[in-house]
Amino acid sequence: MSVKTFAAIDVGSFELTMKLFEFSGKNRMREIDCVSKHLDLGSDTYAQGRIGNDKMDELCRILKNFADICRSYKVEAYKAYGTSAIREMENSTVIRDQIKQRTGISLDILNNSEQRFLDYKSIASKGESFRKIIEEKTAILDIGGGSIQISLFDNDTLVSTQNLRLGVLRIQEYLNHAGAGRSQMESLTDEMVTAQLGNYKKLYLKDREIRNLIIVDDYITPWAVKRTGNDSTKAVMEASEFESYMEMLRLGGVTQTALSMGIQEEKVPLMFISAILTKRIAQLMGAQQIWAPGVTLCDGIAYEYAEQIGMFHGEHDFEKDIVACAMNISKRYMGSRKRAETLENITTAIFDSMKKIHGMGKRERLFLRLAAILHDCGKYISMVNTGETAYNIIMSTEIIGLSHVEREIVANVVRFNHSRFLYDGRQMGTSGLDRAAFLTVAKLTAILRISTGLDRSHKQKLKGLRAVLKESQLILTVDTQEDITLEKSFFEYRKEFFKEVFSVEPILKQRKVF
Amino acid sequence: MGETDFNNPKYYTNRELSWILFDHRILDEARDKNIPLFERLKFLSITASNLDEFFMIRVASLKDMVNAKYAKTDISGMTATEQLAALDTAIHDLVELQYSTYNRSLVPKLAANGLQIIRRHEDLTREEEAFVDHYFHENVYPVLTPMAVDSSRPFPLVRNKSLNIAALVQKKKEKGELEFAMVQVPGVLNRIVELPVREGTAGGKSTSGTVRKIILLEEIIERNIDKLFLNYTIVCAHPFRVMRNADLTIEEEEAADLLKEIEKQLKKRQWGEAIRLEVEAGMDKRLLRIIEGALHLEEQNLYKIDGPLDLTVLMKLYGMEGFDHLKVAKYVPQPVPELPGGCDLFEEIRKGDILLHHPYQTFEPVVDFIRQAARDSKVLAIKQTLYRVSGNSPIIAALAQAAENGKQVTVLVELKARFDEEHNIVWAKMLEKAGCHVIYGLVGLKTHSKITLVVRREEDGIRRYVHLGTGNYNDATAKLYTDVGLMTCFEDIGEDATAVFNMLSGYSEPLVWNKLALAPLWLKDRFLYLIERERKYALEGRPARIIAKMNSLCDRDMIAALYKASAAGVKIDLIVRGVCSLKVGIKGVSENITVRSIVGDFLEHSRIFYFENAEHYEIYCGSADWMPRNLERRVEILFPVDRPELKEKLLHILECQLADNMKASLLLANGTYEKVNRRGKARYSSQAAFCSEAVEAAREAFKENGGETRVFIPETHQSADGIFRSAKYED
Repeated sequence: MSVKTFAAIDVGSFELTMKLFEFSGKNRMREIDCVSKHLDLGSDTYAQGRIGNDKMDELCRILKNFADICRSYKVEAYKAYGTSAIREMENSTVIRDQIKQRTGISLDILNNSEQRFLDYKSIASKGESFRKIIEEKTAILDIGGGSIQISLFDNDTLVSTQNLRLGVLRIQEYLNHAGAGRSQMESLTDEMVTAQLGNYKKLYLKDREIRNLIIVDDYITPWAVKRTGNDSTKAVMEASEFESYMEMLRLGGVTQTALSMGIQEEKVPLMFISAILTKRIAQLMGAQQIWAPGVTLCDGIAYEYAEQIGMFHGEHDFEKDIVACAMNISKRYMGSRKRAETLENITTAIFDSMKKIHGMGKRERLFLRLAAILHDCGKYISMVNTGETAYNIIMSTEIIGLSHVEREIVANVVRFNHSRFLYDGRQMGTSGLDRAAFLTVAKLTAILRISTGLDRSHKQKLKGLRAVLKESQLILTVDTQEDITLEKSFFEYRKEFFKEVFSVEPILKQRKVF
Repeated sequence: MGETDFNNPKYYTNRELSWILFDHRILDEARDKNIPLFERLKFLSITASNLDEFFMIRVASLKDMVNAKYAKTDISGMTATEQLAALDTAIHDLVELQYSTYNRSLVPKLAANGLQIIRRHEDLTREEEAFVDHYFHENVYPVLTPMAVDSSRPFPLVRNKSLNIAALVQKKKEKGELEFAMVQVPGVLNRIVELPVREGTAGGKSTSGTVRKIILLEEIIERNIDKLFLNYTIVCAHPFRVMRNADLTIEEEEAADLLKEIEKQLKKRQWGEAIRLEVEAGMDKRLLRIIEGALHLEEQNLYKIDGPLDLTVLMKLYGMEGFDHLKVAKYVPQPVPELPGGCDLFEEIRKGDILLHHPYQTFEPVVDFIRQAARDSKVLAIKQTLYRVSGNSPIIAALAQAAENGKQVTVLVELKARFDEEHNIVWAKMLEKAGCHVIYGLVGLKTHSKITLVVRREEDGIRRYVHLGTGNYNDATAKLYTDVGLMTCFEDIGEDATAVFNMLSGYSEPLVWNKLALAPLWLKDRFLYLIERERKYALEGRPARIIAKMNSLCDRDMIAALYKASAAGVKIDLIVRGVCSLKVGIKGVSENITVRSIVGDFLEHSRIFYFENAEHYEIYCGSADWMPRNLERRVEILFPVDRPELKEKLLHILECQLADNMKASLLLANGTYEKVNRRGKARYSSQAAFCSEAVEAAREAFKENGGETRVFIPETHQSADGIFRSAKYED
């Protein structure tokens, strides 16, 4: 069995970490080395929007060393991601280019939802313990330097995820700015957090009772891992137990705490903030158990890579999470569940029958399903300008597991389902779409357009739809007794775009079964 | 009953005074009539070189403390001034014993065995006089630099540890004032000059017939000193030697470049404050006053020596051709049965962990480990810590080779290894040239750990091979120092080893250590935990025992923990070669503790720690002694040995040492050491036993292999002097 070596590099806001993995055979992933180096990029970025020259030099020096280590292990592939500190730099493009020139490493930027998704994947990679824990109502609290992410589970599926700008470094910046002493840290942090969390609770949590809280961070996690000797299944604490550790952090001096908890001194204040956040959120949710599985972004990066090269097949169905998330958004904006289901059926039937023509894959099929689910969310805001409002809703809502570009695709498909199509990808979205993404939008829009046409009356008349491609014709046969005059006329009106995109003539046939 | 305060200074022995006792134990070997004569010379030489180092480092730093008005007391409640006062007496006694051993015992014995040392040039025969004068003219004169002092020329700087001849001279014409002149006895020439012997002319007769005669170089120079100061009359001439403060304290925070700083310090070292002056007994008082004045020397630091200055010359004497019957036959380190010559080391290590016991077993596999790694196409990286290496080290050569073969080679070179700095810088630079990544130590910490990591990419992925040892990667000292080493590819240790090197390269510490414990961060706590665990078991009435073998024991926390454990009933046997600040036999404190010290042909150097752990005994080995400097200011590694058969081997080593009744001395309650009482038991020397066991094991393995596939590796590298230069004191 061939062995593949892979390096996952995380350029975080507080620390640079590289983990080296070895994949051999199915689902065998082994960490062979891990190096990390403290470098506070976050403070600079969050305060000034850029990093100083010294930091830049240090960043390059460390990455260069990482590259050397990779070479020494003869690493075949690597993935380097920057998170919020890089993302929020005004001049991140310039910085990334410099890094590439000076170290040879191409640094990609993870947007928030991608990053959280990777973290989430790394938790899921814990397999059995993860499955067990999400059987009960569970939330994931992912604490980063710039922001935190709270994700909720319902029946082992992720249903909502929200980003709050309450990252530990950001809070520390505020505290420093406010000149807060150690004694004030807790009360000030508490105040800051409570204000934002109040809204969160009202909008998302409602009266959901959460039993378990899973935490991912760089501060509590190392300690938890150490405490349990790296046995993640043991890293579960009762809320009361957690409170006693809080007490330790509250009372102990920095050096003493660092010693007794076995962590680096510079991490102690950050750990304290992280712990305050965890405590507040656990209280808010009424969580009784806190689990720190000890995963890091690097694990997620490796997991994703292993999936891509087909070396790894996780047990958890992440697609299901994404769909569930979309459904939840749709629900919030009063979308019709039934209609969404009908549309999903129609669109996927058409998509599947046209594989040869459109050449798109599994991922695009998922986009189509999401667009179908979310197609009417804009109506919550406006019945007239539905396309634009829907686009804005989707673009402002996190869907864990979708990258920024992917979210743009889904949002644009929904948008052009209602609005006039723009033939210029550069005009789509905030930063424009490249050719491939543009074509995906066009193709999916074409499919969604005829599909919505087929359900114009919203009465789900076209239940048993079969789609068959015959040369340059797509024969859509429906079994229904009802009058489909309205659908037919809309279909005729909407098929033009479809013809333009695929050069295939869609034909609607009604088969009345007596 | 009140709580016993185990930290009470009265329970502790001052480390310097304990060290003096250690030098005495070596001196005892020089005085032991059962030991071959030339071996006794060697031991005497070692006591001298040890004492030199002791002065330069320990005495010097005590003087620094006094100068700095440092008032804190040591572990035994003594101030620096008190320690110096106690040392003065102790050292003078020691020196006296050294020379009485030399003069009364060794010199007559040598003469009786056919080697006559001519102490004074006045005792030469006419023919011999002609020979030495000629020798002087041909060989010595050209390299001498005579120096005179007058108003226009200041007192010359006398080099640290150099041997010099001072003279009082008077201008021939004017018959004026007495002037001071001196000349350094050149270090480049052999200090021992053998005189030609003609049959039948010798005075004394030995059993073997002819008598060989030697004279020391300084006598030859003294005899001819008038040739150096031609216009002067020589009033008197005597040798003297100066020892200077050499404790190297580097302000690392300020030193931008550690390497440069050390080079600078090295030059400075030679001119430190004079802390000891040795002069020939009977030196002219006027001359002595001049030297003392020029060096600002205090009276108690003057040593009037009845015999040749600097007895380390005896190591050269030991190295003289012939007299083999008066030396112990050189032991040849034996092949390791698990590692037949020419085997693939990686393959053998994969079969199971391998324990090496040097010098009984050869060090060659460790060198081969690097050599094979350098050539092996599957090897990706080699990482190693180097503390002291031999001159012309095959390990350095192999590392350089590996780098040239495209391996990633990372070497941590400890520049701060005492007295070796200059040496270290040279080959560190050489390694860099070859393409190795060289780390020049860590700021504020000495890297004392001995670890090698070889990363190999095999069919089924990365596999790491690790060598962990108690001794330095020095093929020369490995023939003289007793050490143990472990070769393993156990994944847990491999991961830890990787983490060690990541840390040494400046990356963050790992979240979890699987097996290893590192100083300065975790090691002390681990030891304290292990001792405490035994104490708990003892209190529960379960079996509790500690056997610990190390070079020095002077850490207060460790000793207090041992006292506490002993008071709880833990049986503790310590095998401590050198300094031991722990006291035995104190009621309620250390009644359950024994301490023994083994001083033999080989320098005891391994650190092995046994903890009974309620019948599931654990054994650890490591690079650290229980000294504050090891536990708090150095990077050290402690590693457990887990495989049952290897644990047994280590336990066997400890048990043999506890049974030793030839070379072991027991620490008594009165603070002195006494050779173990044999009381009719058979003589048993653990070192001798290990030798014959190793020979036997190698022979067995040889037979099993049909005596064919096995290739014995000849030992070629031998340089006795220089190894022992620092042998019994430093580690």
